[in-house]
Amino acid sequence: MLELQLLLIFMIIGAIIAVKEKDLLSSVIAVGTVGLGLSLVFLILKAPDLAIVQLVVEILVIIILIRATIRRDLPFSTSGRWFFNTLVTFVFIGVFLVFIYLYIKDLPQFGQPIMKIAQRFIAEGLRETGATNLVSSVILDYRAYDTLGEATILFTAVMGVLAVMRKVGRKK
Amino acid sequence: MAKNQEGMTLIVKTITRLTVGLILLFGIYIVTHGHISPGGGFAGGAIIALSFIHIMLAFGKEVTFKKMNQSVMSFFESVGAIMFITFAILGIGSGYFFLNFMLKGKPFKLFSSGLIPLYNLAICLKVGAGLFIIFVILVLLKIPKKGGEK
Repeated sequence: MLELQLLLIFMIIGAIIAVKEKDLLSSVIAVGTVGLGLSLVFLILKAPDLAIVQLVVEILVIIILIRATIRRDLPFSTSGRWFFNTLVTFVFIGVFLVFIYLYIKDLPQFGQPIMKIAQRFIAEGLRETGATNLVSSVILDYRAYDTLGEATILFTAVMGVLAVMRKVGRKK
Repeated sequence: MAKNQEGMTLIVKTITRLTVGLILLFGIYIVTHGHISPGGGFAGGAIIALSFIHIMLAFGKEVTFKKMNQSVMSFFESVGAIMFITFAILGIGSGYFFLNFMLKGKPFKLFSSGLIPLYNLAICLKVGAGLFIIFVILVLLKIPKKGGEK
C-alpha cells in the first residue's frame, strides 16, 4: 500500500498547487494531475472500469476547461476577510475530522469481509445475468434504476447548460 | 490545404486524420465488449464523444458540423433515452421493470447476457451525444461581456 500513499500525497500536493497558482493554465494542468493520479489509484485498487471512466472524463473536463473558460477574463478576488475565512475553514475541517473518525472506527478492515449482498453478486451473478463483467451486470441488471437516474442527470445537465448559455431568452 | 484556414496547423490536422478513426473504433470496441471486459456504455460513449471533439479541435467547427450536425446529435440523444426506457418497459411483459428476459447464451461470447449489450448501446448513444452537445454549447456560445447594469 506504499504506492497508494505516495499517489495520495502527490494528489494533495497537486491540489494545493492548483489552488495557490496565479496562472489559470498552470492551475488547470495541476487539476489534471490530480485526476490522473485518481485514475492510477483506481487501477491499484483493482477497479479497471472506474479507472477507464475517470481517465476519459478527466481528459474531457480538462479540454472543456481549457477551451471554454481560460480565454475569458475571469474576475479574481484576492482581497477580503482573510483571517476570518481561514479560521472558519479550519474549524469546519476539525469538526468534520472528528465525526469522520468516530464513524470510521466502527467500519470493518479495508476490503476484508465481503458483504452479504456482494457475496451473492459474486456467487450468482454470472449464472443469473450471463455477463462475465460483474460491474456491468450490477449496473445494468441488479441496479439498473441507478443507471436510469444517471441518464436522467445527463439529460438534465444538457438542458441546463443550454438554458444558461443560449441567446434567445437573454434580455439586452 | 489553404482552403480551410480554421483550426490548428498542418501537423495537427495530419495526425488527427490518422488517429481519429482509431479512437472511434476503440470506443465502439469498449461499448460492444462492455459485458465481457472492463468498460461499458459510459466510458465508450465518452471516448466516442472525445473522437468528435478531437476533429473539432483540429479542423474547426465547420468540418465537424458537416459530419455531425445539431439535429443528428439531438436525434442520437433522444434515441438513446427512448431505447433504454423501451427495453426496460418490455420487461414488464414477462415479469417486472428492467427484467432481463432474453436468452443468456454462453459466457465470454459477444452475443450473450441478454439485454445488457443493448442497454450498453443505448447508454453509449446517450452519453456520447450528451457530452459532445455540452462541449459544443460551452465552446461556441459565449456569454457577452458586461456592458453595464442588467
